[in-house]
Amino acid sequence: MKSFTAATLVVALGLTACSSTDSDQSETPTGPVTVKVARDPGLDKGAIAAFDERVAQFEKANPDIDIVPQEYNWTATTFTAQLAGGTLPDVFTVPFTDGRGLIERKQIADISGLVTSLPYAGRFNENVAKAGQAEDGKMWAVPIAAYGQALHYNRTLFKQAGLDPDKPPAGWDEIRAAAKQIAEKTGKAGYAQLTTDNTGGWILTTLDYAYGGRTEKIDGDKATAELDTPELAAVLQLLKDMRWSDNSMGSNFLYDWGGINQAFASGQIGMYVSGGGNYGSLVTQNALKPADYGVTVLPLTDKPEAGVLGGGTLATVSAKASEPVKAAAVKWIDFYYLKKLTDEGAAVLDAKTTVASKQPVGAPQLPVFDRATYDESLKWVASYVNVPQEQLKPYTDKMFEQPLVTEPVRSTQEVYKILDPVVQAVLTQKDADIADLLRKADAEAQALLDRN
Amino acid sequence: MAAETRPAPLVLPRSTRAQRTPLTWIRRGGLSTLVFLLPLLLVFGIFSWIPIGRAVVMSFQETNLVTPSTFVGLQNFRDVLADPLLWTAVKNTLYFALLALLFGYPVPLLAAVVMSEVRRFKGLYSALAYLPVVIPPVVAVLLWKFFYDAGPTGVFNTILGYVGIGPVSWLQDSATVMPSLVLEATWAAAGGTVIIYLAALTGVSTDLYEAAEIDRASIWRKVWHVTMPQLRGILLITFILQIVGTAQVFLEPFLFTGGGPANSTTTLLLLIYNYAFANSLGGQYGMATALSIVLAVILGLLSAVYFRLTRGWSKS
Repeated sequence: MKSFTAATLVVALGLTACSSTDSDQSETPTGPVTVKVARDPGLDKGAIAAFDERVAQFEKANPDIDIVPQEYNWTATTFTAQLAGGTLPDVFTVPFTDGRGLIERKQIADISGLVTSLPYAGRFNENVAKAGQAEDGKMWAVPIAAYGQALHYNRTLFKQAGLDPDKPPAGWDEIRAAAKQIAEKTGKAGYAQLTTDNTGGWILTTLDYAYGGRTEKIDGDKATAELDTPELAAVLQLLKDMRWSDNSMGSNFLYDWGGINQAFASGQIGMYVSGGGNYGSLVTQNALKPADYGVTVLPLTDKPEAGVLGGGTLATVSAKASEPVKAAAVKWIDFYYLKKLTDEGAAVLDAKTTVASKQPVGAPQLPVFDRATYDESLKWVASYVNVPQEQLKPYTDKMFEQPLVTEPVRSTQEVYKILDPVVQAVLTQKDADIADLLRKADAEAQALLDRN
Repeated sequence: MAAETRPAPLVLPRSTRAQRTPLTWIRRGGLSTLVFLLPLLLVFGIFSWIPIGRAVVMSFQETNLVTPSTFVGLQNFRDVLADPLLWTAVKNTLYFALLALLFGYPVPLLAAVVMSEVRRFKGLYSALAYLPVVIPPVVAVLLWKFFYDAGPTGVFNTILGYVGIGPVSWLQDSATVMPSLVLEATWAAAGGTVIIYLAALTGVSTDLYEAAEIDRASIWRKVWHVTMPQLRGILLITFILQIVGTAQVFLEPFLFTGGGPANSTTTLLLLIYNYAFANSLGGQYGMATALSIVLAVILGLLSAVYFRLTRGWSKS
């Protein structure tokens, strides 16, 4: 019977706890409202101090609210377990791709009424706002950050390889050549790719977009998988050549988001593709040396459809939250995430606190609100900016020129998951048949889209 | 007994009925038995049997754990059987089990026999053998990830480099990844089995060895003709435990590779986990529990058949 127990317990034990409805927060509190808020895990001391300082400022302004930070990070595999197990904080963040699904299933709280009363509610960038809205346009989840994918590179490795760090590669051929040069001259991975935990599919889709492809086509209610395309085949062929002909991709082909950031920050990787706003987490979580860091726009091919995959982060409130907790949670979202983007006083206070703890201010981001608000917010904090702006210029100079394409909307993470083994196969099996891999992945994704 | 009960079939029930009042039940220790049993029943009930019961129910349902569940009959089982990844997972699990049997099964036995022959520092050797078992698995895996670094500077590759081998890809290649996982798993688990064998070996009568020595038996013959038959019962148990354990391998593929590269380490339990948790927007909990139930039934049957077949063997 032990075997029976063990086999079923993997799922069952965790799941039974999930179905119980929590009503412990439903009665009207008489004392202060306690709100558990998400804080990135693994932050260095300075970043934690900055966060605590922000908490103290908030609590001073709202004496009846008690903020309790809880370490939280969205990953595809841990999020469901936390959601099902009811262990998420009251305020947590999710990527744009999860917004609509969570709203449809009512797995997050409807805070639209509270959000509408925020002074800047009508000024969200329309495309960005969509990610947090229900079908009827009500904003259940608040966009707090938007990003476009970018090419991050290690300036020190560039120099060691005899490349000019101020002139990063501007085309995929140049990326391949630079990767080869880095690998040959430094022995490090010239270019590395995310491959696990659904991120393999995420980056493969990014490269597909950059080559002018799309991974799905939506026609009314019907979604068609478009994985077996010349663009995706070309992307995989490029990776295959870099891996097997040039041997410029190092020796690790099982990277997740945390793993690749760590490897990059410790100087093991010359270039990799990830969100353009990654600088902050590379510094606060991976101890990146700012002098090493360079970032540039993702090269796009000449095809008219070529674009940069963009996404973002939504702040959401737990579906279990009581009315007072919801109200306090929205106040926190306003204070911690948004006010600094729209209000000079808040922006300066945030920047001051962050700088005092030697944390990065001024890492590139795409605007959550309109461009004018964004430009103005940059001016407010200009004197506090402590990121190496010159090194970010290849990206910041051109990031607004590139067409931004949103992530696939249907079964996004599941299709990413199907693509993970495809990119892994190309990078770990010399004789991998790209056409066959794509044909099978396409059929699998189509079956999935039909089922959902 | 039979002779006693036959002449008084009518009297005995009446007398027992008369004796079975709650008071006599308490007086005979029934209550204290129940009180002592209660914590165990509660713990088992809450943490084992209720979840198992719920899992069985859930395997016939479609649920996202938020909206009400609906019964879908055998659909989850059909979906699982139609999943092409299932057969990959079955194949990978069998491969892991086979490798673990080939390498992981004899190693602890060999180690225990050798250790029992050692005259000095016996305790030290047992402690050293048992040490990996007390290291938390996550820490052990992180440690082994460094060992398995596929670059020429990885720990194992550096060592192999001294003798001109490698660099080996270890976890980064479909061909080497599974043996690498088995190696770590054997290292991590062998200590526990070694202790079991060592305990069993102390139970082997020294007279037998002395008799064998008088007959001038070699060490090999002593092991084969004395030690092995004496350990037969234990060996049979550890064998089935090993099969059941390896069929449920999860930790190593989950922490080392996440099932990669290209699904070459996606095992049954990892597949179950992926059904339930890999999609951030609510997993297929029905399919996950359905596959869990199928696996549990198969392992249960396997154990039953194994014990029936080997019933006669364990008696020496």
